[in-house]
Amino acid sequence: MSSLAVRVSALVKTYPASPPVEAVRGVDLEVTVGECFGLLGPNGAGKTTTMEILEGLLAPTGGEVEVLGRRWDRDEREIRERIGISLQETRLSDKLNVRETVTLFRSFYRTGLTPDEAIERVSLQEKAKAFVDKLSGGQRQRLAIACALVGDPEMLFLDEPTTGLDPQSRRQLWDVIRDFKARGRTVILTTHYMDEAEKLCDRVGIIDHGKVIALGTPNELILQLGGEHVLDLTVTEPAPLTADDLSRTTAVKSVRAGAGGTFTLTVTDPAQALPAVMELVRAKGAGLVGLSTRHATLEDVFVTLTGHQLRDDS
Amino acid sequence: MNHPLAQLFLARLREFFREKAAIFWTYGFPLILALILGTAFRNRPIEAIKVDVVTTEATQEEAGKLVERWREKDPRLKVELHPEKEALDRLRTAKTALVVFPDPAEAAKYRTVVDENQPGSVLARAAVDTLVLREANPAAAVPTATTMADQSGGRYIDFLMPGLIGMNLMGGGLFGVGFLIVDMRVRKLLKRYLATPMRKSDFMLSIMLSRLLFTITDVAVLLAVAHLPFFGLTVHGNWVALLAFILLGGITFTGIGLLIACRARTLETASGLMNAFMLPQWLVSGVFFDSSNFPAVLQPLIQALPLTAVNNGLRAVINDGAGFGGILVPSAILLAWGGISFLLSLKLFRWL
Repeated sequence: MSSLAVRVSALVKTYPASPPVEAVRGVDLEVTVGECFGLLGPNGAGKTTTMEILEGLLAPTGGEVEVLGRRWDRDEREIRERIGISLQETRLSDKLNVRETVTLFRSFYRTGLTPDEAIERVSLQEKAKAFVDKLSGGQRQRLAIACALVGDPEMLFLDEPTTGLDPQSRRQLWDVIRDFKARGRTVILTTHYMDEAEKLCDRVGIIDHGKVIALGTPNELILQLGGEHVLDLTVTEPAPLTADDLSRTTAVKSVRAGAGGTFTLTVTDPAQALPAVMELVRAKGAGLVGLSTRHATLEDVFVTLTGHQLRDDS
Repeated sequence: MNHPLAQLFLARLREFFREKAAIFWTYGFPLILALILGTAFRNRPIEAIKVDVVTTEATQEEAGKLVERWREKDPRLKVELHPEKEALDRLRTAKTALVVFPDPAEAAKYRTVVDENQPGSVLARAAVDTLVLREANPAAAVPTATTMADQSGGRYIDFLMPGLIGMNLMGGGLFGVGFLIVDMRVRKLLKRYLATPMRKSDFMLSIMLSRLLFTITDVAVLLAVAHLPFFGLTVHGNWVALLAFILLGGITFTGIGLLIACRARTLETASGLMNAFMLPQWLVSGVFFDSSNFPAVLQPLIQALPLTAVNNGLRAVINDGAGFGGILVPSAILLAWGGISFLLSLKLFRWL
């Protein structure tokens, strides 16, 4: 159907090595026109490889890819005219200013915005004459997106657009992306910030070890946990109670035991679960160190599905 | 003006002229090098001929007079008096070119010790022989007049300037294209361009054209400086042939630069490859001294090198007065290098 912006089936990418590295191991995806789709996953999960195949920068080992109803091997130039891309780390020429850089990129496209329009979309008007090496990290990232926007694309691919940016710069970028989406255009982005995915994306796909392990709206995925509330409990060690004990408590859907006497409980109703959990702690004679409740996030979905943290900061 | 080729070209010019260091290394440095070397070798000084005369205490006075006479007759001679052992040691360590044992009884009878491996030594013997002969036979033939040859075309500066121009063509093409492309690859800028509908040919052309512009202007400055009366370089051949040949040389080396950069992923790799390619040529391709000094077995290889071809062609036009017909061989060699490099790099070029 023409309302599909991207259709991917049985996508496989294997890098020759011994043993071969299977970066992508059978990914199926469909993204509809006008949607903002987020690919989430830890570093090395296969996000960037998948993106670069969608962007026609890498050839897949197997599977089919259609972008805007076209295929890379037949209509490369046609697709290139209709999409905009921001790569994970591109260092644009330091000695060109913002307008010169955008003008250069504009010249590659048959049709598109004027350079000044593109600069305005990312709110860099005041920096139009500033050299690239004088821009802050957030401004550079907005310039990168202006270069992606200047061909007036129907679709944007953004690979980790906000990684390493301060909160204010991130919010400015979110506004740019929302503005683009409000024009009925399609966005595919990768991120490892869960809040970003929840705020920006209509649907997300979680990738781990080269496979999509969950797909849906952020809300759907959170509901799949069985409850949208989370109870974080910490007791003194050695803990006299087990995850099994906790999972039999009222309103508790699942329990994950962490290091240092911590437990993460997914619960349907904290009002019912809390007294029951407290009762158990008292009965087992455990010392309470910490207890808090919060809404479940995509992070919880990810940890529940894979057993490890999304961002391995360790 | 909005054609991608024009924009890419313009971007290269802006990047280049806004980078002070690039301007210095492209224009300033070669000029300074040419000025220093050119001034130092503008005219080679008349070489002194060092001769040691062996003396003993008994012959000291006689030898002293002999030396006085020699110095007067041939100002090139630097004669010193030394005891036998010292004089022979000085010959062995090349501090002197010839050792003379005069016969105190008869001036025309003397012994010499020559080192055949030193060109200076043979020259010194000839000089001393001549002096002694003339003393013994004042009626021998003497030229009526001697004038020093100092015409443009045969001086060392005339040899050196084309060599420096050739060296610049090579350095400009290799560094200018090679480093630029590898740097863009490292910065993922090549990948970013690949992600647009930009034509690859536009990109390649813009790199080459901009580099040619930088190199040609650089060579023009060098040629202009060499033309100043101070250096007095004269182009004896066809100017159009010279300019066309310089252009061909520039294009050839941008092609080789492209080939060297077409797969390198780091600046270190590129710089290693470039040095491996350039250093031997600086040495053997006749920049500072004639490449025919190298052994005959190596000559076919040396003559096939692009820098040798450039230098030979430049010298043929500038010094030997050649036109298009005289530079066919070096032009063919350059075309082969340039053509093969371009074709290979188009096949091998790595954007990611």
